[in-house]
Amino acid sequence: MAFKKTMLAAAVAALVAGTAQAQVSDGVIRIGVMNDMSGLYADIAGPGSATAARMAVEDFGAAKKGMKVEILSADHQNKPDIGSAVVQKWYDVDKVDAVFDVPTSSVALAVSEITRKKGKAFIVSGAATADLTGKACSPNTIHWTYDTWMLANGTGNAIVKTGGDSWFFLTADYAFGHALERDTEAVVLKSGGKVLGKVRHPFPGTDFSSFLLQAQASKAKIIGLANAGGDTINSIKQAAEFGIVKGGQSLAGMLVFITDIHGLGLNTAQGLIFTETFYWDLNDQTRAWTKRFAPANGGRYPSMVQAGVYSAVLHYLKAIEAAKTDDGTKVIAKMKELPTDDPLFGKGRVRQDGRKIHPAYLVEVKKPSESKGPYDYYKIRATIPAEQAFRPEKEGGCPLVK
Amino acid sequence: MDTIFGVPTQALFGQLLIGLINGSFYALLSLGLAVIFGLLNIINFTHGAQYMMGAFCAWFLLNKLGVGYWWALAIAPLSVGAFGILIERLMIKHLYQLDHLYGLLLTFGLALIIQGLFRNEFGSAGLPYQVPAELAGGQNLGFMFLPKYRAWVIVASLVVCMATWFVIEKTKLGSYLRAGTENSQLVQAFGINVPRMITLTYGFGVGLAALAGVMAAPIYQVNPLMGGDLIIVVFAVVVIGGMGSILGAILTGFGLGVIEGLTKVFYPEASNTVIFIVMAIVLMIKPAGLFGTQK
Repeated sequence: MAFKKTMLAAAVAALVAGTAQAQVSDGVIRIGVMNDMSGLYADIAGPGSATAARMAVEDFGAAKKGMKVEILSADHQNKPDIGSAVVQKWYDVDKVDAVFDVPTSSVALAVSEITRKKGKAFIVSGAATADLTGKACSPNTIHWTYDTWMLANGTGNAIVKTGGDSWFFLTADYAFGHALERDTEAVVLKSGGKVLGKVRHPFPGTDFSSFLLQAQASKAKIIGLANAGGDTINSIKQAAEFGIVKGGQSLAGMLVFITDIHGLGLNTAQGLIFTETFYWDLNDQTRAWTKRFAPANGGRYPSMVQAGVYSAVLHYLKAIEAAKTDDGTKVIAKMKELPTDDPLFGKGRVRQDGRKIHPAYLVEVKKPSESKGPYDYYKIRATIPAEQAFRPEKEGGCPLVK
Repeated sequence: MDTIFGVPTQALFGQLLIGLINGSFYALLSLGLAVIFGLLNIINFTHGAQYMMGAFCAWFLLNKLGVGYWWALAIAPLSVGAFGILIERLMIKHLYQLDHLYGLLLTFGLALIIQGLFRNEFGSAGLPYQVPAELAGGQNLGFMFLPKYRAWVIVASLVVCMATWFVIEKTKLGSYLRAGTENSQLVQAFGINVPRMITLTYGFGVGLAALAGVMAAPIYQVNPLMGGDLIIVVFAVVVIGGMGSILGAILTGFGLGVIEGLTKVFYPEASNTVIFIVMAIVLMIKPAGLFGTQK
């Protein structure tokens, strides 16, 4: 009998000690950065996103505050099945607390579902589909850097206003391309433009000339590229080759990253207009951060996705510090409660639907003669204030918004 | 305007031409593969990586040494071919007596390593390479705008393909090569250095891949992934044409380019699977491929 009592006491003591001493599960905060590490989106996110996450942990001063943070990274190869398997293992075996980045919308939607079921945290930087904060929103997911609605709204509006009122879409045939096409089409129609046709190309593709000819034949003023990364680069390059721009049609890259411009060269890319939420040359803080980031990323400057991972990890750690727990659902709730503030995106907030808001920038690619140094690529044409840059909370159809 | 299945005839002509252009890349690449397989019995999975190296070689020549496109057309195949010869001497030659699978594993592993090294160094967005000034611009054919450069690609590829076919099938050198693969000991007994001939053949096949790489550089990005994306399709082309058949590789290369081009008009979503559908059908009816002979 006495033995049983001691055992019980010991068990209770262990339980109390466990909860009192560490709200952080097993004493370590594990962050998993998953993206395309080797394929066509590897420059946009890739190892650079993991580097950005590491910098955030360092700048947060986790070690000084006695927090142990580990960063894991994995390659999802842009395939939802591989991405799901990695994340399942991370949550079940490796005790990962939060997953970051995840470009490729189809993968991000799958990860969001798993994260909700496991009660963990998922902060998206790389993926674009606005459905993540719309009909597929989740109390465990925050969409950080940009989305298809924001791109469509920023770029689409600007182009229709300057006379580009008839469109033809060249769309990557998966969740992201479809969402971007849908959101852009809505903007075009709303501003009085019309859509003359669309063609969906396999993802990833290499030769776009066939699709470009179809676009050319449509006589649309604007050819909207609802694709990304290597697909966008090749579309733009081949459009130049087939004299499409000289023929009077214009290209609208709906999602273009600075790494794409770097790959294209200013000669081909000059004059392109698109929307970004981060540019390294915005202010002293972004320049200083980039100066630290680039050497750690093989000399390549940060994309908005990588900058977004930095800013998101910083806010995530702040929320854990404030909430004193790393429970996924609670931390996400705390992240929505706390205002955001970091050197790269400035002040902002996370809405109930999981959308993080900050200003967006309509940029134009400089002429080669205007560029003064490496990566001096953009002229900022307009700044869209945070509250207008993203889809109004009520219009998304997210059940979390009351 | 006249239409065929709801598509304007004019647009259809354009698509046929584009199909031919893509087909010329398939032909050039599958030709190299067919030469290597036909004469060496090695399934050269490094082919895509060697194609990519050809493109990078052109980029290096232009950006580091100021050597233009036309010289690159000669220098890149030679230097990448030399690299191929090195690999053949050091590694591949030890595998001739073994099952195909070993050659496949070795070359596939090499491809992954080469591709990984380039990606690590240059990233995945690729590097720009301009169309040479002489071939910039294009011609309006009435039904489509044909960039001069693309026209050049078709012509150059046809010439190279035909020349290769002629050398191997119709000349004395070609007959040595073919005899060497049939019965190398007998040919060696006639005083011909068969191992050297095989090494040079491998170098030639690799050089063809590099040549295709240089020709592709101005159209696509010079990108570490460019070979990996293409190689699977090219293998399908070789299989459809009949493993090792040179004429088969050339004809199927062009033919499948056209079929793929047409799919892009009628059902774009299927355009990256259509080649494999054709492959499945061909293998069901003629397991040795269209031009292959059953051994």
